[in-house]
Parts: sequence; structure tokens; C-alpha cells
Amino acid sequence: MSIYHTLQLHLLPPDRVKLAAAFIVFLFSSPLATAQEGASVLDAKRQNELVYLVRQDCGSCHGMTLKGGLGTPLLPPNVKDTPIEALVSIILDGVPDTPMPPWRGLLSETEAEWIARQLKKGLPE
Amino acid sequence: MRMANTISRRVFAFLILTLFLISPTVAGNLRGTGDLGLIVERAAGSIQIIETTNNTSLGRIKGLGDLSHASAVFSRDARFAFIFGRDGGLTKVDLLTRKIVKRVIQGGNSIGGAISDDGRMVAVSNYSPGGVKIFRTDTLEMIADIPATYGQVIKKGTTTITISGQSKTVGLVDAPGKKFVFSLYNAGEIWVADCSKCLEGVKPKITKFKNVGKLPYDGLITGDGRTYIAGLFGEDGMVKLDLWQDKLKAERILDGYGKGEKKLPVYKMPHLEGWALAGNRFFLPAIGHHELLVMDAGSFKQIGSFPVYGQPVFAMARPDGRQIWVNFAHPRNDTVQVIDTHTMKLLKEFKPGKAVLHMEFTPRGEQVWISVRDADRIDIYDTKTLKLVKSLPAQKPSGIFFAARAMRTGL
Repeated sequence: MSIYHTLQLHLLPPDRVKLAAAFIVFLFSSPLATAQEGASVLDAKRQNELVYLVRQDCGSCHGMTLKGGLGTPLLPPNVKDTPIEALVSIILDGVPDTPMPPWRGLLSETEAEWIARQLKKGLPE
Repeated sequence: MRMANTISRRVFAFLILTLFLISPTVAGNLRGTGDLGLIVERAAGSIQIIETTNNTSLGRIKGLGDLSHASAVFSRDARFAFIFGRDGGLTKVDLLTRKIVKRVIQGGNSIGGAISDDGRMVAVSNYSPGGVKIFRTDTLEMIADIPATYGQVIKKGTTTITISGQSKTVGLVDAPGKKFVFSLYNAGEIWVADCSKCLEGVKPKITKFKNVGKLPYDGLITGDGRTYIAGLFGEDGMVKLDLWQDKLKAERILDGYGKGEKKLPVYKMPHLEGWALAGNRFFLPAIGHHELLVMDAGSFKQIGSFPVYGQPVFAMARPDGRQIWVNFAHPRNDTVQVIDTHTMKLLKEFKPGKAVLHMEFTPRGEQVWISVRDADRIDIYDTKTLKLVKSLPAQKPSGIFFAARAMRTGL
């Protein structure tokens, strides 16, 4: 039984546990050295595409308004306690044993970090 | 005498005038609903009412709230649609007058619904608060509330841990006998709610099936109302419930499909609602494999798989079962494939545009309507020639639902 499962048994609700677990996974994984700068590199067109992607495609599980669905809600109050790095890790590598898929290959680290920052302050319309 | 004459003349004139005024109006407006349908415009919170005889849009109804992932069922007389919005809104619209008849916010976050076989009750599945609520179709007054509460006791050595909560509910369908069947996503359970006395104020009788498998994500019921099948996200397999048995039992089917193959990421959950029964074979979307699972409809054993272009989302059989139209998850959602179930060959692959979200066949299947979200367009194809017949503009269209669903179990 991994630390992941132990956590799941003691804390509820499960969605939050999975976020926490993903964060722990992140802590033991390699640091995202390049993720810090980057954000300014994305041009306005790509930023618009990412907002669209999050609303429409992430939205199929998290809701178009990000109020949640089969997936967790992703509004600022919901992600305020999750560090940027953990969010980036979840976006790029997914969350094991849940339907959250890894977006690595479809999104760069820079893009994932930009999305994470937007989620924290509230995604533009 | 003269007076009476005038009066009768006036009455006569009035009658003639009335006839003129009324008859053309009434005759001109009389129409059935068998060829009507609706298109969900997810971002705008509106629906378009369309007709499939001449393939035209009849008008738009606005103000239905957050329609991302919205779906609809139809009243038994096929005049009214009940639309389930993501924001918990349940809206009854009149297809003929194209007006909202009634709208209630029944939950915080919901995911589809079903209408009972007698057409008098509509059930809504909710993510939060997790559970199913049942309403009268005439007034939308709530008559039953079924919170999906669950508890699990896990013993580990000397410690006992109890997990409890309220599960998100998925895969809600109607079943014969005024029943509703649904799955508990978080709990891994299937519940059958017998609502035969709900209209008389009696609580639904719930039969629960526990530990059916990890993360059931959707469900379907066969057109004969006999078999409920839930897809599992957390395991390679599905669960079947044969509702014709005296003693109901949840059975695992398709266990370990795709064994040994690497699971691919799933960027959109497949839907089972468009389940395809072709002849004596089921075609169902696999999870994490770019294929349709082919299952014998008698034995429920896997007899093969059909490789497709991406992670299938809908595998919809044309009403005669001869063709299956498949669309795909992001990032391959620009493509549609058509499979001939008789020859088991790929008939056609084409790219209508980015984000093909849904497909709906006309009642006899000679045409299919396809929503292409990012192109703000509905494409109508002839299923014999496989050629585009017409396109209609729509704002970020997602679900397409035709009134002919009113006559079918599970839709």
C-alpha cells in the first residue's frame, strides 16, 4: 500500500486527496527549472487558444465555467491552496487512478505553467 | 322582422369573418413533432429548434443557463423537451411554440436525465449534491430525492476505517416498470430505483449493487429495456445487469479487454448512450485504446475489436444497425469514421472540422446530423452516399436531439 493509498483512506473528500497526492508525487519528482520564466514567451494568439482549450476541452470534465463536473472545480478558491508547481505537474503528468490525463506532448511546460497561473487568478472569458 | 333579418345577417357576416380569420391560421400552424429536434448551443445557453424534413432551423430559445454537456429527453407526446443543464437547471420547452414552459434549478451541478416509461416522471442525475431527483413532467414539481450516499468499511489489521460520502451519479437511464437505473461514480455501485408509486407520494424502492468496479463513468440500457451496462474507467471491463432476472445480479463483462496493451491517455470520456447494436453484435468505445470493442449480444463475450482513428467518444449505430459513425476525443476530434458492420470494413473517414461533438440520425437513418463546435456549424450527411447534404449555422453546437427519441427506451 503506497503513501498515496494511505492518504486516501484518512482524508476526504477523495478529489482533494488526489490533488494532495499529486503534489507529493511532484515533491519527489524533478524540479521544473524552466517553468518559472516562460509565461511572457507565449504570444496573445496562443494565450487565447489556451483559454479556449481550458474552457472547451478541460471543460468537458471540469465544466465550461470550471465549476466542476466529473472532474474537480478549478475556480480560484478551489486551487488557491495548491502551489503552481503542483498544478503544472498535474496538468503535464495527470493524476494516477483518476481520469485526469497527462497533457505532456500536447502542452509545453511553459503553457502548463501559464494555465496554472490563470487558474489561480481566474481564467479570462 | 326586419330587425331579426339584420341580426341574422350580422351573425352570418361574423361567422364568415371568424372562419376567414381562424381557419387559415389554425390549418397553417398545425404540424406534428415527429421530424422536430433541438440543437444545444453550449456556450450561448440557447437551443435551436430544427426540422429534418426540409432540414431547416425554426428558431432559437434563449435563457437556458450553462449548457455545457447538456442533454435532453422528450415527453411521450413528443411535444415537449426536458433539457438538463450543467448548472442544475431543468428546463421544459415547447417544441411547437418554441417557448420555455417552466424552468427550475434543481441542483448545483448536473449531468443528464431520463424520462419514465409512462412519460409522467423525469429524473435528473447530479454531481453535486450527488444523487438523483425525480420530478413530475407536467409541473416539474419534485416528487422524490435519492441522495447517493455510500459507506465503505475497510479493515486493515486492527484498524477499521470507514469511508463515506455522497457520490456523483452517472449513466442514468429509464427502465420499464417506472424504474430508473444509475451508477455511483465515486462508490462503484449501481442502483435501481423503482418509482412505480412515486406519483402517489411513496418513496422509490432502491435496490443497490455494491462493489461493481472502479469509477463507473456512464451507462446504457438496451432498446428492449432488458440490459443495463455500465462502463468502468478504473478497470478494463464493464458491468451488466439483466433486468429480466427475478434475482438481479451485477455481472462483469469484457473483463481485461486490451490486456497487455499500453493504455493511452483519454482526453474526453466516451459516452455509452450512443451504444451501437448492429445485428447480433454490440460495438462499444474502449477506454484508453483506439478501438471499438465488439461483443456478442447473446453471450456478452468479446468477439473482437475494431481499430479506429483515436479514442472513440460516441459510436452511434444507424437505426438499422448497418453503419456505425464514430467521433473522437481531443486532439483527434476533427474526424469522423464510418464503419460498415456487415462487411466489417471502414467505409469512410473524413474531417468535418475541429471538435466534432455529437451525431444524431434522423428517425429512419437516411441522414445524420453532426455538430462541429469550433466551426459553429451543423453538417447534415446522406448516410447512403456519405456526402454532405447541407450545413446550418449554430453557435458552438454540442448535443443534437431529435424528438423521435420520445418513443425509445433509454434515450
